[in-house]
Amino acid sequence: MKVRPYLGWFVTPAGFVAFGFSAALVAVLQFSFRAYIPGMLEPGGFTLSNFSEIVHPAYGRAFARTLALCFYTALFSLILAYPLALALLRTRSRFMRSTILVIAVTPLFLGEIVRTYSWIIVLGNQGFVNSVLLGLGIVDKPVHLMFTTTGVVVALVHFTMPIVFVMLTAALAHIDRNLDKAAQSLGAGPIRTFLTVTLPLSVPGIVAGTTTAFAWTFSAFATPQLIGGGQVTTISTLVYQVGFASFNFPFAASLSLAGLVFTFLVLALIGFIAQRIIPAGETHAR
Amino acid sequence: MPAKLVSKGLKVLGYLVVAGILGFVLLPAIVVTVASFNQSAILAFPPKELSWRWYINAFSYADFGHGLRNSLVVTFWGSSIALLVGGAFGYALFRYEFRFRRTLEMILLSPLVIPQFTIGLGLLMLASMISVPRTYPLVVFTHTVIVLPFVLRSVFISLQNFNTRYESVAASLGASPGRVLTTVTIPLLLPGLLSGWLFAAILSFNEFTATLFVANQATHTLPVAMYNYVREYADPTLAALSVVYILATAGLLLAANAIFGLDKVFNVD
Repeated sequence: MKVRPYLGWFVTPAGFVAFGFSAALVAVLQFSFRAYIPGMLEPGGFTLSNFSEIVHPAYGRAFARTLALCFYTALFSLILAYPLALALLRTRSRFMRSTILVIAVTPLFLGEIVRTYSWIIVLGNQGFVNSVLLGLGIVDKPVHLMFTTTGVVVALVHFTMPIVFVMLTAALAHIDRNLDKAAQSLGAGPIRTFLTVTLPLSVPGIVAGTTTAFAWTFSAFATPQLIGGGQVTTISTLVYQVGFASFNFPFAASLSLAGLVFTFLVLALIGFIAQRIIPAGETHAR
Repeated sequence: MPAKLVSKGLKVLGYLVVAGILGFVLLPAIVVTVASFNQSAILAFPPKELSWRWYINAFSYADFGHGLRNSLVVTFWGSSIALLVGGAFGYALFRYEFRFRRTLEMILLSPLVIPQFTIGLGLLMLASMISVPRTYPLVVFTHTVIVLPFVLRSVFISLQNFNTRYESVAASLGASPGRVLTTVTIPLLLPGLLSGWLFAAILSFNEFTATLFVANQATHTLPVAMYNYVREYADPTLAALSVVYILATAGLLLAANAIFGLDKVFNVD
């Protein structure tokens, strides 16, 4: 038998944290089946009415809006992160490597509020973008970017692009560069080499990155709340509003639960599609 | 010849694209810095007059000072507890087989995919069900749960690069398991543990959404105080505070890059 000194000491604290966290998730589950009594913080008895209420078109729209936000954010993050990841791996200068890496990951550590506030100043009617456009005479009245889905997507991409970049870089770094050389020695140009060798081999990184971007966008609260300004309702802003404006915690819980199920379904779908693509990519490169 | 032209064209295009993307990443930081020195309360680009008044305002606003104190307390305890719990568990996970190993790992890594508003809401409801007041321990526990996956990840990376021969040598020379752990294993893992703590602390210091749910007026952290400010006032005080934030974070990142190497932390070597 293998010796496992101090096993209990190592695992017990983690067990406590895991237990507390699981209990919190069970609390969400439990509250979502309880009745809401207006004016009371304590929930009432068992009911399914919270879930029949979710079917209401207004909530359906919030789910559709959130899905669209997640989709666009993941897509644009990928489009921006890919060239950056390639550049990081292909450059020979150490200075360039450090510069790209440090600048690209900074938004990950900036916190939702600082990032969101900065984007408000960039996107506002008297903000940077509009000042430049008006100053150059390109437009004659401010372009509305605040309180729009476009504005929210721009600010969210700024946040999710770095994590997609990190995951893509990790995946691209593990591709054997000799495969590129082989393709080129067989007469493929740089574009063809990229499309037939590099791109298919990077599918696992693409999947990991877009999945994370998707989950993070779903989780985002301050950005849709402040830049959306009530015009861009997502599941997260709805949960907060239902919970803290009307204190209907049972309904907030059932919305959260529906959101959780929804995320896992979408992530499972992405995983399923990816599994179909990855083997194809591998045989392609071999 | 055309192939060479194509590759040269691609190279120039590549530089432009990379510069453009990095510009996009830096744009908000640059704009917020310029805005923070704007004399008037109404935004204008470029600013007509410069002043430090918003910095003075940011540092004298009582709610920010209060939030900062709470943030420091919560960040310190949250990431330190996460380091102890995560360091020990990461070690057991890597070296031992035990019951519920997979289940525990899955639960503790799940905050990476479970939305923060759900985590905050769940902990708030749990606290109200078992009558725990919304004081520091609740906020600290919330932060511990959220940063734990990142600590686990960095412990794992350190253990992967760990040479187990040192431990065998110490054991064969007669050191007890406890002695091996305290004189060989922990000192060798220390840099990895410290980098894990540093990243946990940065994340915890910036955590907002879950904290908004579990904190009250007395325990709200700096990001929550900033959120409250932005909803009430439109002046550039927050721009000044953001600049301080950005400089502090950039400084920590540069330090982390110099000490640990960011490419190692992100596994992009």
